[in-house]
Amino acid sequence: MMKLNSTGQLVLILVAVAYLLGVYFISSPVWMGFTINALIVAVLALSWNVTGGFGGLSSFGHAVLYGTGAYTSAILQVTYGVNAWVALVAGIAMAAAVGGFIGALAFRYGVKGSYFALVTLAFAEVFRICAASFDFTGGGSGLQLKLAPGISNIQFADRTVLYTFLLAIVVLVMLLTAWIKYSRFGAYLVAVRENEDAARALGIDTYRIKVLAMAVSGAFGGLAGVLYLQLWLFIDSSIAYGSSVSIEALIGPIIGGAGTVWGPVLGTLGLHLIGEGAKTLLSNAPGLNFVLYAVVLICALRFMPNGLVGLAGRIGPFAKKESKDA
Amino acid sequence: MLEISGVRAGYGSMTVLQGVDMSIKAGEIVALLGSNGVGKTTLNNVISGFIRPNAGTLTFKGVPLTGKKPADIVALGIAHVPEGRKIFPNLSVAENLSLGAFRRAGANRKQNFERICAIFPKLRQRLNQSAGTLSGGEQQMLAIGRGLMSEPELLILDEPSLGLSPIMVEEMFNLITKINAEGVAILLVEQNVMQSLAVAGRAYVIEQGRFVMEGAAADLISDKQLRQAYLGM
Ligand SMILES: Nc1ncnc2c1ncn2[C@@H]1O[C@H](COP(=O)(O)OP(=O)(O)OP(=O)(O)O)[C@@H](O)[C@H]1O
Ligand SMILES: [Mg+2]
Repeated sequence: MMKLNSTGQLVLILVAVAYLLGVYFISSPVWMGFTINALIVAVLALSWNVTGGFGGLSSFGHAVLYGTGAYTSAILQVTYGVNAWVALVAGIAMAAAVGGFIGALAFRYGVKGSYFALVTLAFAEVFRICAASFDFTGGGSGLQLKLAPGISNIQFADRTVLYTFLLAIVVLVMLLTAWIKYSRFGAYLVAVRENEDAARALGIDTYRIKVLAMAVSGAFGGLAGVLYLQLWLFIDSSIAYGSSVSIEALIGPIIGGAGTVWGPVLGTLGLHLIGEGAKTLLSNAPGLNFVLYAVVLICALRFMPNGLVGLAGRIGPFAKKESKDA
Repeated sequence: MLEISGVRAGYGSMTVLQGVDMSIKAGEIVALLGSNGVGKTTLNNVISGFIRPNAGTLTFKGVPLTGKKPADIVALGIAHVPEGRKIFPNLSVAENLSLGAFRRAGANRKQNFERICAIFPKLRQRLNQSAGTLSGGEQQMLAIGRGLMSEPELLILDEPSLGLSPIMVEEMFNLITKINAEGVAILLVEQNVMQSLAVAGRAYVIEQGRFVMEGAAADLISDKQLRQAYLGM
C-alpha cells in the first residue's frame, strides 16, 4: 500500500495499527467513542490530502464538501424518505460536484495559493449561512434522522460493528489514496504542486487536473460528512459547514505528512489523542482542544515540515534501491 | 515543418510581437537572437500554446496550432523547455524525467530514458537524487532531458545556457548538436550569439517584436551590422 522508506515509518505505522486493533480489546466505551470520531475526521483529512497534499492546493474551506455530503444525505432521507445507502452515494456525488464546481470557478480565474484558501473559506461560509436560512435544510434547527438501527439504514446499534465499518472505510479511502498517489493522475497533481508552469510546458492540462482533484477531494469529504450524519443522526449549519470542520480537515495531514497515504490518518489520530488527553486533564475547558491544535500545528510546521511520516522517515532509512523509473 | 506567418501577440493591450514570419524545417537548428525583452520568450509561448496570437497563423506539419491547448501541442511533437530551469525540485531526477513522457511516447519510456541517460551521463549518476539538489547546469540538462522524453520532432530551448559557467556553456552547445544529430529540429533562443550561430543552420534576429535579419548562420556570422549590434565589434 505504500513504499516504506525507513524503520521509523514502519514503527510509526505499526504503533497506529496496534492502537486501532487494540481498541477492540480494551473494551472501553470512551476509547471506542473517541476513536470512532477520529476515524471520521481521518476520512476528511484524506479528502484534504488529495488537493492540499498531492496538489499543493491548500483549502481553508473543506467544510463546504463535508457539509454538502451531510446535508444532501440528510435532506434525501428526512424529506424524501430515500434509503440511507442511496443517500450516501448521492451525498458523495453532490459533494464531488460542488468540489469540481468551486475548482472550475477558482482555477478558471487563476486563483492560487492563499487566494484559493480564501475562496474556499468564502464558499464554506456562504453555504453555512444558506443552510441556516433555508427551510429545506431545516434552517436554524437543523435536520434529525429517525433512529432506525440496521445495516440498511447505515445505523449500527453495536459500537464494535460501527467501529469495524468505519475502519473498513478508512482503509478503503487509504487504498484509493495510494492508487491516486501511484497513478498518472497523482503524478500530474504532484507536478502541479511542484511547478505548475513546468507541468504545463510538459503538456499537462493543469486546469483539468486541479478541477478533477477538487472533485475527488469532494467525494472523500462528502463521504466523511455522511458518516458523521449516520453516527449522530443530526446536523445543523455549524456542525456541517463550520470553520472548525475546515480546520480539522487540514491540521491532520499537515501534522501527519501531507501528500502521503498514512500521514493524514496518523496526524488525525495523534492530534485527537493529544486533544482528548488535554480535555480530561484540564476538565473540559471548551475550545481548549483548538488552542492546543494551534500550538501543535505551529510546532509541526516549524520542526517537521514533512509531518510525522517525514520525521519518522529520517529514523533508520533503508538502503536506497536503484529504481529507474519511479 | 513549423510555419509561422504574420503572428501578432502580446499581453493584454500591449502588443509584443508585431507580425513575425518564421519557418523551421525538419531536423535543422534555428537560432533566435535578440536582446532582452524583445519578444523571444513570447514567440516561444505562442508556438507552445501558452499565449493565443491576436493575428497570424501557425502550422506544424500542416496542422494549424492556433486555438490548440499546450497539452495538444506537446502531443503533436513540440517540446518546450522554458526559460529558467523549471524542474520539479522535490521530485527525484527519475521522476522528473518520467513526467515528460506522459503526453506522448509513453510506450517508449524505457528506451527514451536510456537514450537521455546516454546523452546526459551526469543525470544517470543522480537518478534518485532530488532535482532541487542538482547544480544549475545539471538542472538545465534535466529540463532538456525531460523535454526529450516526449520524443519531440521540434525542441524549443529558451536560453539553455543562461547562468552557466563558460565550460558548461561549451558543454551545453555540444549537447545541443548531439541532440540535433538524432534528428530533432531545435529552435534555440540564445544570448550567446557567436556560439549559437556556430551550431545553427539558420538564424533570425528579432528587435522590438520584428525580425530585422534572417538567413544562413554562416552569412550572419560575418554580417557587419550584426557584429556591431550584438558583439560590439
Ligand atoms: N506575462 C507578461 N505580462 C505582461 N508583459 C509581459 C509578460 N511577459 C513578458 N512581458 C513583456 O513582453 C516583452 C517581451 O518579453 P519576452 O519575455 O518575450 O522577452 P525576451 O525576448 O524573451 O527577453 P529575455 O531575453 O530577457 O528573456 C517585455 O517587454 C516584457 O516586459
Ligand atoms: Mg526570454
